[in-house]
Amino acid sequence: MIINGVTIDATFAEAFPMKGTRAIITAQNEKWAMIAAQAMTGFATSVIACGCEAGIERVLTPDETPDGRPGVAIMIFAMGGKGLAKQLETRAGQCVLTSPTSALFAGIDGGIRIPLGKNLRYFGDGFQTSKVISGKRYWRIPVMDGEFLAEATTGQVDAIGGGNFLVLAQSQPQALAACEAAIEEMRKIPNVIMPFPGGVVRSGSKVGSKYKTLGASTNDAFCPTLKGSTKKTDLSPDIESVMEIVIDGLSKEDIDKAMRVGIQAVCDLGAENGIMRISAGNYGGKLGPFHFHLQEIMA
Amino acid sequence: MSALTFTLKIRPDQRVDMSPLVCQALENLEPAEIAAIKLHCGKRKLRVDELFTLSGFNSKHIQIKNSFSKLDYIGKDLDGGVIHVEGDVGAYCGMGMKKGAIKVFGNAGIYAGCEMKKGQLEIDGNAGDFLGGALAGNKMGMKGGLILVKGDAGDRVGDHLRRGTILIEGSAGDYCGSRMIAGTIAVMGFTGKFLGHSMRRGTILLWNAPKLSASFNDCGSHTLAFLPMLFNSFKELNSSFANNENAFNRVQRYAGDMAEIGRGEVLVKI
Repeated sequence: MIINGVTIDATFAEAFPMKGTRAIITAQNEKWAMIAAQAMTGFATSVIACGCEAGIERVLTPDETPDGRPGVAIMIFAMGGKGLAKQLETRAGQCVLTSPTSALFAGIDGGIRIPLGKNLRYFGDGFQTSKVISGKRYWRIPVMDGEFLAEATTGQVDAIGGGNFLVLAQSQPQALAACEAAIEEMRKIPNVIMPFPGGVVRSGSKVGSKYKTLGASTNDAFCPTLKGSTKKTDLSPDIESVMEIVIDGLSKEDIDKAMRVGIQAVCDLGAENGIMRISAGNYGGKLGPFHFHLQEIMA
Repeated sequence: MSALTFTLKIRPDQRVDMSPLVCQALENLEPAEIAAIKLHCGKRKLRVDELFTLSGFNSKHIQIKNSFSKLDYIGKDLDGGVIHVEGDVGAYCGMGMKKGAIKVFGNAGIYAGCEMKKGQLEIDGNAGDFLGGALAGNKMGMKGGLILVKGDAGDRVGDHLRRGTILIEGSAGDYCGSRMIAGTIAVMGFTGKFLGHSMRRGTILLWNAPKLSASFNDCGSHTLAFLPMLFNSFKELNSSFANNENAFNRVQRYAGDMAEIGRGEVLVKI
C-alpha cells in the first residue's frame, strides 16, 4: 500500500492488555492545572522502568469539570490493577495534593473502584472531612493554601497498551516534523495517550538483550547507523532516521482511530517531505493478543 | 396508567396510621383488596374504603387527596415509587424511607423524614420538630437522601443526623443540627438558639449569621471548592436552592461543637 508516495508496510503493531484509569485535575487556572498534570504524568513513559505509562489526554473547559474550574484529564496505564492503584495514589499524593489550588476528581465513573483521595485523606491528620455529593464521596483535606478536594475513588477499566507505528524518513528533522504533525492530530482523539516525551520515542526497543540483566534493548533492525553492521536491518539505504509513536488507549477502536489519524497526518506530508515508509513494532505475534494491521487501518 | 388515588372522605377525630399504604405493599393488590386494608385509627381499625374513596391503579404512583394533619406515617419505609399528598400530613411522614419520593403539598408534622435512608422528601409548607431526626432514644437520625422544606422547620432539625442533606428555604427553630454525626443542613432563613448543639461532624450551611454558642470557634473566612459542587447538585430541584443567585463559595467558617469532638462546621455566607 502506498499513500502519497509513502509505503505502508504489510505488518502490524502488537499490543497487550493493561489496566487503565483517568483522573481530572482542576486548579485556579489552566496554567496550574497543567503544572499538576505534567507533574503527575512525569517519568511515566514506559512500564519497563516507570511502573506505569501516563499522559495528558486533553485540556478541559470549566463546564467540563466537576468543580467548574479549568482542568486537565490525565490517563494512567499499568500492567495490573494493583500496580495501577499504587502508581495513581503515589502520584496523586506527591504531585497533585502538593500543587497549589488543585483538586482531583475521577475521570471514569464505571469499572472497578480504586482509591484516588480515599487514602490521601489521612494527610489531614484527623481534620479531614468527607462530603457525599450526588452519590459520590469527596474528601476535603485541610492544606496550607486552603482545602484540597479529592474524589474518594476513580474507575479502573481494561485497556490496551503498546499500539504503535514507526515513521521512516530520509532525515532526522523530517522524521520529527512528521511525528509532530501526527501527534497534533492524535491528541484530538479521546481515550488515548501517547506516553513518551512529546508523544514521540526515538529509542524503540526490542525484547531481550545480549546482556542478561536487561529485558529490552535497542531495536537494531531500525537503527540507521547499524544498517551495515546488524544482521537483520529493516532499513533501505535512503532511510536515515526512524521515530516511533506509542499509543495506550481504553479500547482497540480508540487506538485504531488514533493510529489512522496519525498515519494519515504523516502521509499528508508525503514522500516530497522525505517520508519513505510507515512500519510498526511487533514481536511475531507472541507478546500481545492485540494486533493493529497498518494496511487494514488505512484501508 | 393513572395514579392510585386515595381521597379522604371524612376527617376522623383520632390519628390514622397510614403506613400500610406504601407503594411496595400495594403492588399486585386488586382494588378490593386495597379497600379492605385496615388502618389503625385511635383504638379502632378502619377499612381503607371507610376513610377514602379509591380511584386509579398505578401503585407506583400514589396520590392522597384532602389530607390533613392527623394522617401519620405517610410513606413509612417507602421502598420505591412516588407518593403525592395534597394537604397537610401528620407525624412521621417518610419515616425510614428507603427509596422513592414523597411530595407534600402542605405542612408536615413532627419527625418528618426521621431516620430515612434514601430517597427524597419534599414539603411545600412548613415542617414540625425533629425533621430528619432520630426517634426518641435512638442514636441515628436520617442516614441518607434529601429533605427539602420550602417553608420553615421546627426545633431540632437533623437531630442525630448521620448522613444526607436537609434543605430549608425558610427558617429553622432552636437546636438545629443538634447532636449531628455527619451530613449537611442548609438553612436560607434564620436559625434559633443553640445551633449545632453537641454536633460531632457535618456541615450547617447558613445564609444569615446565627447566634452561636461559645463552644464554636471562628476559623476565618474562606473560599471552599466543594460548595459550587454542592449547589450544582441541587440544580434539578424545584427550589430556591437551584437558583444560581443563591449559590456562593465564600464563607465564614466556625468549627464545633468543641464541647463534643469539634469536627463539625457552621458555614455562613459572606
